[in-house]
Amino acid sequence: MKTDIILCGVGGQGILSIATIIGEAAMNENLYIKQAEVHGMSQRGGDVQSNLRISSNPIASDLIARGGADVIISMEPMEALRYLPFLSKEGWVITSSTPFKNIPNYPDIDVINADLAKLPHVITLNIEQMAKDNGVPRSANVILLGAAQKALGIEYEKLEDAIRRVFGRKGEAIVEANIKALALGREAQK
Amino acid sequence: MEKKLLLGDEAIALGALHAGLSGVYAYPGTPSTEITEFIQGSPLAKERKVRSRWCTNEKTAMEAALGMSFMGKRALVCMKHVGLNVCADPFVNSGMTGVNGGVIVLVADDPSMHSSQDEQDSRYYGKFAMIPTFEPSNQQEAYDMMEVAFEYSELQKLPVLMRVTTRMAHSRAVVKVKSEARQQNELNYNSVAANWVLLPANARRRNDVVTAQQKQLEEDAVNSTYNIFNEGQDKSLGIIASGIGYNYVNECFPKGCPYPVLKISQYPLPKKLVRRLLEECEKVLIVEEGQPFIEDIVRGVCENKNILGKLDGALPRTGELNPDIVKKALGIECDQCFAPCEDVTQRPPALCMGCGHRDVYTALNEVLREYDNPRVFGDIGCYTLGFLPPFRAIHSCVDMGASITMAKGAADAGQWPAVAIIGDSTFTHSGMTGLLDAINENANITVIISDNLTTGMTGGQDSAGTNKFEAICRGLGLSDEHLKVVVPLPKNMPEITKIIREEINYKGTSVIIPRRECMQTLQRHLKQKKTQEGKQ
Repeated sequence: MKTDIILCGVGGQGILSIATIIGEAAMNENLYIKQAEVHGMSQRGGDVQSNLRISSNPIASDLIARGGADVIISMEPMEALRYLPFLSKEGWVITSSTPFKNIPNYPDIDVINADLAKLPHVITLNIEQMAKDNGVPRSANVILLGAAQKALGIEYEKLEDAIRRVFGRKGEAIVEANIKALALGREAQK
Repeated sequence: MEKKLLLGDEAIALGALHAGLSGVYAYPGTPSTEITEFIQGSPLAKERKVRSRWCTNEKTAMEAALGMSFMGKRALVCMKHVGLNVCADPFVNSGMTGVNGGVIVLVADDPSMHSSQDEQDSRYYGKFAMIPTFEPSNQQEAYDMMEVAFEYSELQKLPVLMRVTTRMAHSRAVVKVKSEARQQNELNYNSVAANWVLLPANARRRNDVVTAQQKQLEEDAVNSTYNIFNEGQDKSLGIIASGIGYNYVNECFPKGCPYPVLKISQYPLPKKLVRRLLEECEKVLIVEEGQPFIEDIVRGVCENKNILGKLDGALPRTGELNPDIVKKALGIECDQCFAPCEDVTQRPPALCMGCGHRDVYTALNEVLREYDNPRVFGDIGCYTLGFLPPFRAIHSCVDMGASITMAKGAADAGQWPAVAIIGDSTFTHSGMTGLLDAINENANITVIISDNLTTGMTGGQDSAGTNKFEAICRGLGLSDEHLKVVVPLPKNMPEITKIIREEINYKGTSVIIPRRECMQTLQRHLKQKKTQEGKQ
């Protein structure tokens, strides 16, 4: 198997914790992993992305080529569109629907939604609302991960196990909240 | 053997610890910061008492590492590429003294300038300091190389320069690591004063020794297991690929590269291997991350249309490489892809909401509106973002500490008001000496040390001067009358603007210290406190 993933959002939105869970699941399956992250100045409220590549064969490049990403997972709708040239023609976009407006010229959200709707495979979720409504307010990003599960090509149970390992030391309550969030995402992808 | 998912920086750190490291010396700088942070958090480092506190700047770091080496122990110095300029003096001269315990100078270059002010390629430093240079191409190699490089440093009695770039430093991969660490070196007295006292007579002798050693270093590079000549059937092209450039070449050929490929990861450039490739192949493409270092050597002064690379436009001259750029250079068609979405707007980084630097710029802008042609000399840190809207507050940002000295030079030229704005960590890194110059002449400048109690831009590392700034300024000879401390908050605006105005109008050197904790570290500290309370 080989899945190339772009995780994106705005600095501080927690895209790296999604990457950590996927990485943990992949590692446990003895898959090869490369994950290029953005650190430093661009984290200060700017656009951030991480290229995450998992494969059963060795991976050469840390970066994904144009047209090569199987999935874009985005914490922000406009940010999902920023990386379109990297999405494969049959790739999936899984994105939060909530705009993060920290710039004066943020486009009309209807325009953004229309652009997203043009793509062949898109899941748009109001993850913040879903997380609040279901009593897991701090696990919105994991809902997104659940919604991306099929596109990632990783078995659902493997992601669940990875969550247990990643959040284990933070206590049972946090593990359960994240597993619930993952399930919410899974429901949404159907 | 154990498998770990590690950042390139973390692989380097763990590799150093497993190679028997006794001390890491560094000043934070993207993309090198995580190396030292990893060691600071490592239980093994704690158990072995590996020295790891942040240094005031790269020069103090490099010199302390030399001291540790002098006593026979292994030391690692880490910095970003421009940090090597700061410690160029001890770095270059460490090539003359040589080392006792192994020394690795780890420099992380930042092509494309993700978080830097230039694209300089540290391999040039290795060459002119006659110091052997290693350039790992992936995280595993980075881990493995640390032990090899320490061994090599002790064998050749020279420091080793290890050069990585952003994409390797900040990318994670699965790394196989050893389960046992090598013993640390014992303290010894093997260092010979005649090698370490670089009086001209000694230095001339050392210069001859090290110059004569270069032949051996190149021979070692020819035989290095990291410099690999991969055979290929199709000799219409040969490829020289260094560092992570090698990965992009491999990415282009999932079924194996048909052309001969010379992978370079150890310098001096193994010319013998390069000549072989040139002789065998009709054309040679040189793929290297950074400046055309190898390409320049290979081309020499000859016009050779059969050498392709950054200097003839086969690859872009500036910016980092990526798989698409290398594909294009190899004439491979890129995958079908979507056009960029035209509705997406730029989202530049910005100062955090509630950040004290914001209040400083608001106050400064308000006061400076009252003057004709005020000039504000900025410095390196989060507050460099004050150049961008809505503040548009600074007129220069050149290198660590240049705010104060440039303001002084401008004042010398007749400029008034000349304001310097510098962060607390940058001030102790390279601002103090400049302030001494200003105070000694009572230069007509106003220096703002915007103190957020941390090294903010690199993620909140300890700042060397915390709680000492007033004392430092006084120690440099500043009078209390023109040393002011304020708390940058919107409610204090009248007081802050009054003080800035008074100090600008004072004909001499004054320092204003707006002090309030960084929002990022504040949130982290509050969270830690909450967790602590939860446990009790």
